[in-house]
Amino acid sequence: MTSVEHNLQTPELAPARPVLDQDWRRIARFGAIGALALIFISLTDMPDKLDGRMIVEPLLSMGYFSLLWVPFLFGNLVTREVVLEGMVAHRKGVRELLAGALVGLLSSLGLVVLIYLLDTRDLSEPLVNWNSDLHTVLTFGEGNGYGMGFWIAVCVGLGLLGGLFHLLPRLVVQPLKAASIVVLGAVVLESALNDLSEGFGLESLFESLFKKGSDRGGLSVTGALVLAAFGFAWVFVLNAQVAKGKQVFQQAKERNRSATMTVSSVVGVALVLILPMYLGRLTNDLLVNVGLFLLLALGLNIVVGLAGILDLGYVAFFAVGGYTAAILTSPSSPGFSPELSWSVAIIAVVGMAILAGLFIGAPVIRMRGDYLAIVTLGFGEIIRLTVRSDWASGVTGGAQGILNIPNADVFGLFSFKGTDPQQMLYLVAAFCALAIYVSWRLENSRIGRAWMAVREDESVAEAMGINTVNAKLQAFVVGAILASFSGAIFAAKVGSVFEISFKILISIVILVVVIVGGMGRIAGVIAGALVLIGILGGPNQPGLLSEFSEFKLLIYGALLVWMMLQRPEGLIPNVRRSRELHQDEFLQDAWLRKQVDEDEAGGEGEVAPA
Amino acid sequence: MSERLLTIDNLSVTFGGLHALRNLNFHVDRGEIVSVIGPNGAGKTTFFNMISGMVTPTEGDIRFKDQSLIGLDPNQVTARGIARTFQNVRLFANMTILENVMVSQHCRTRQGIFGALFHTRSFKREEEEIRAYGEEVLSFFGSRLVGYRLHQPASVLSYANRRRLEIARAMATRPEVILLDEPVAGMNPKESEELTGLIGKLRDDWGFTIVMIEHDMGVVRDVSDRVVVLDHGETIAQGSYDEVSTNPDVIEAYLGRPAEEAS
Amino acid sequence: MTSAMRHKAAPRTGVDWFLFFLRGLLLGLVTVGLGAFVLQQIDPANPVTEWLNPGASRLSWDAAQGLIVSGLSQGAMYGLIALGYSMVYGVLGFINFAHGEVFMVGAMTGMITANKLDHGGLWESNFVLAILIAVAVSVVCSTLTAVVMERVAYRPLRGAPRLIPLITSIGVSFFIQNTSAVLLGPGAKNYPRLPEGLSDRIGIGPLEIEGKKLLVLVVAAASMSALWYLVERTKTGKAMRAVAEDKEIASLMGIDVDRTIVTTFAVGGAMAGVAGILWGILFGSVTEFTGFLPGIKAFSAAVVGGIGNLGGAMAGGLTLGSSESLAPQLILEPLGVTGHTQLKDAVAFLVLIFVLLVRPTGLFGERLSSEDRT
Ligand SMILES: Nc1ncnc2c1ncn2[C@@H]1O[C@H](COP(=O)(O)OP(=O)(O)OP(=O)(O)O)[C@@H](O)[C@H]1O
Ligand SMILES: [Mg+2]
Repeated sequence: MTSVEHNLQTPELAPARPVLDQDWRRIARFGAIGALALIFISLTDMPDKLDGRMIVEPLLSMGYFSLLWVPFLFGNLVTREVVLEGMVAHRKGVRELLAGALVGLLSSLGLVVLIYLLDTRDLSEPLVNWNSDLHTVLTFGEGNGYGMGFWIAVCVGLGLLGGLFHLLPRLVVQPLKAASIVVLGAVVLESALNDLSEGFGLESLFESLFKKGSDRGGLSVTGALVLAAFGFAWVFVLNAQVAKGKQVFQQAKERNRSATMTVSSVVGVALVLILPMYLGRLTNDLLVNVGLFLLLALGLNIVVGLAGILDLGYVAFFAVGGYTAAILTSPSSPGFSPELSWSVAIIAVVGMAILAGLFIGAPVIRMRGDYLAIVTLGFGEIIRLTVRSDWASGVTGGAQGILNIPNADVFGLFSFKGTDPQQMLYLVAAFCALAIYVSWRLENSRIGRAWMAVREDESVAEAMGINTVNAKLQAFVVGAILASFSGAIFAAKVGSVFEISFKILISIVILVVVIVGGMGRIAGVIAGALVLIGILGGPNQPGLLSEFSEFKLLIYGALLVWMMLQRPEGLIPNVRRSRELHQDEFLQDAWLRKQVDEDEAGGEGEVAPA
Repeated sequence: MSERLLTIDNLSVTFGGLHALRNLNFHVDRGEIVSVIGPNGAGKTTFFNMISGMVTPTEGDIRFKDQSLIGLDPNQVTARGIARTFQNVRLFANMTILENVMVSQHCRTRQGIFGALFHTRSFKREEEEIRAYGEEVLSFFGSRLVGYRLHQPASVLSYANRRRLEIARAMATRPEVILLDEPVAGMNPKESEELTGLIGKLRDDWGFTIVMIEHDMGVVRDVSDRVVVLDHGETIAQGSYDEVSTNPDVIEAYLGRPAEEAS
Repeated sequence: MTSAMRHKAAPRTGVDWFLFFLRGLLLGLVTVGLGAFVLQQIDPANPVTEWLNPGASRLSWDAAQGLIVSGLSQGAMYGLIALGYSMVYGVLGFINFAHGEVFMVGAMTGMITANKLDHGGLWESNFVLAILIAVAVSVVCSTLTAVVMERVAYRPLRGAPRLIPLITSIGVSFFIQNTSAVLLGPGAKNYPRLPEGLSDRIGIGPLEIEGKKLLVLVVAAASMSALWYLVERTKTGKAMRAVAEDKEIASLMGIDVDRTIVTTFAVGGAMAGVAGILWGILFGSVTEFTGFLPGIKAFSAAVVGGIGNLGGAMAGGLTLGSSESLAPQLILEPLGVTGHTQLKDAVAFLVLIFVLLVRPTGLFGERLSSEDRT
């Protein structure tokens, strides 16, 4: 891939365009969108609410960061060009700077107008965040003039910087990017790092980076500088080392596949076994939530990512798992209460999941893909409403739910205490490992290929001898089983189940995890679960950025749209990135030319003359 | 006298009043190459759709080795031994080339979820077999679809190669009869000439029986044992290429009124 | 689907048998439930009722007509929303999942306007003018929402596989819902009190209708006729129908396809805006989730009536509205289901599933371009 990058960048650049040769309409459009974005973000109250979480202690809070990225990004994007084959790329210059600065200026006008209106009008009637707090945050309590001046200056500066990014050589841009990723990453992971440092007795290291004693968190200035330096070092020194390490690993893998695989899985298992002991309660709990959603997402990934069935009622299987485990294990489940041990119950859970998968799957399996989505959503609601109703409350507890679910006991050997995140993490990790193994093995098998064929083109798959109904039902059932595992663990963890834990919202969040992670890719789904659920949090579970809890669903919605617009092919896995596509075409052209030459040289005899 | 494979008996289909095909009668013997020709919209593709179970005829019967195919699902028809290609190339674009030919052996294989999870010996053997057979059918087209290509998504292929892969995919279902829908459409003369030779080989070396829809008369003349001509859903002629090509009805169907034919 | 498309006469596979029994089961439940209801109406003390639903009493005509009227008025509202789903599906071939949120925006902005007018006193002094202003504002806002949504989220996806715009629209729906929660605050917000007269009952034939429900029915009928006129009698409507039939050929005929699609979204949005106000009048309050369930039910209504079929959408809405209002009393209660009204929403989805199992093209037939039919 790198070689192609070079290919695309080496062609001669045309001289920079004149400064005033601007696409004014584009600038106006980006400026207007920037201004609207700034007003929107301000009115969501992010600047105020997130001001309580610092990035660098006295300098920058997440609240202000939520505004600052806008002029920078739009200032950068306004002059971004996609250079296709046969187009001339211009050298970047002052023109880009000017455009960036103008976009910054236009965006800042949004805040200027907002500050003025906040001061003079009272729109708090519909807009709940329209209050003096917001005004204070935007003007730093220093009056309108100061605030407006500040934002104009800062936005113009950031827009300029965005334009400047086009001019900087790769050698500078990459370390800058790495440094900001490291700094932001450290800030996001602050509480987890805190936990870790306590576990490993490295508190002094943590304290040297983060501002101690600040209730708003955040790095100290020196800490930020140290981390930024680390980011720089990463690009210049460590990157090469890592690449070398990867290469060594690859070679080892080629030489002795099974041994390398064994070693790496042993290392992985050891890590999973040891790490929870050193992580604090909070991080462990967070990881349990991540694991529960990962389990769900891996299941949905089989259904949506591999077989291409958009199941919006996927939460139904989570509910089936949770309620089956609860009814069978809890001593206080109404009606039917066998008080089985969790490990026995899990067998029944699998059975129920299969039944539910077939029952919901069979009626919908022949429907058009989009109808199927709505009907499965309907099924999800039907199941939830039925569980809640007085009619079923004899078994499910109705709105009162089922309480007193005992610990997850596994054949009397282990007992995983629901209230101890460390123990739960072991349990969840074991099931996630199982789910990953199942996904990986199935993907590369006869049935996995059949799923993919169905996803690609159902009627052709049928014509190629695949019984699409059976294939899709199998995907439904496998997905249902994985989700029901998650439900059973969830029940044991929380100790109770209520119908409200199984709203459609969960289906949508799982879908976002799968899509943002990259449909059909196991590694992508894992990354998606870690990043989204770990950092932003699940529907009812806080993540690392607990301050975001009010905004996370908004962000999920925006992310889903953004992913689909930027990478609509994200739906389809294993798609080579466009660059690689280009590479393939290059290779193909070269090969075709060669082939034609060869044919001309001696291939004539092969074909019977007409 | 060779075995009768396909018998088309009085086949008709209507789409809401439009007679796409009317009273079609003919048969295909083992080892034949039969071409179906006719102007656009004559009902040729519809005919293939009916054989492969994608469209149910309103009347008539299709028998394959003396068993009726009517009412079977497309996958069952394929399992019986009839494979097809599509006029508007429909590959599994995001699957690799090898996966394309492996997945189409689905109905010839048995391994289920259990085998895949535990990598049983029979699972491994079957994977190995279908991979080997997949590569074998791919190498029928020379070096174009094998080598580094095996693991590339089908979407990167050139147009002609996509057509070739479609044929390979049909071959991989291990059929007795292959239905080719305009196999050389969009190919340059050189490529279509080569493919014409390969179609002959499909029969001679691989033992497939072939029914082919084709507009390119050169190709039809070179490979067909028999030709069926359709127009507006009606059979207007059947016979050898020479018989058919001199039939005045056929000439009229293709060229319009005889007056224009003179020009 | 045409007669020649594959359709199976007798069940052959396991799935077929399952579906066969499922259809039978649903039909059986409906029949038995209705039968039990009839018995209960004749004599609540008959042995069947004693066994199924002990302690049952007759359903009075008064209660029944209340159910019918609220079913119809809610159904009319579903129908108005369903028009938007149906038109977009007809033209673009995808489910605009976020259309329910367009309706919610209408109800929300209607609420804001109504409250402002209430503060100003116009709501009390001249209700008709006030409600007209509220309708105008919410129609404008809903239309804008729909148009912006099309421009930002859907236009770039033209020609993408069907599921991609659907997933995008789920994201849009989620985004709008939460935007409302964050900007306007979560939870229920009330409309100002309606004038006294609107709660009076007006007798029409055998029915006695509450004024506000009558208003809803009248407004829905008027909007529907306006839409019918637009689609069937104007040039714009002709263009819309042409684009729905075949986009490519329509553009060859000189129709501006993009503009026609925007018009479609706008008209659907306007209908949803009207429905939003009607919601406010009927229920008096609105939350950020107001668009979700009614949206999905309205889509179900569009499918029940036959997607792409505008008259069907309205009829589907009425069917769905009255079944979810009546079925709990007429079918579930006689069967002895306790707390049957809790299952009202479940009934709506069951109707959808039932219709799709029995008649996948809807009760009145779908109207789709050939490429969307598969
Ligand atoms: N599913 C369908 N529904 C309605 N009409 C159809 C359907 N499939 C085909 N037709 C019509 O049947 C007629 C025959 O179509 P068919 O595709 O078989 O033609 P063809 O001979 O393959 O033409 P070509 O040479 O262009 O491929 C056409 O008029 C077509 O529009
Ligand atoms: Mg054809």
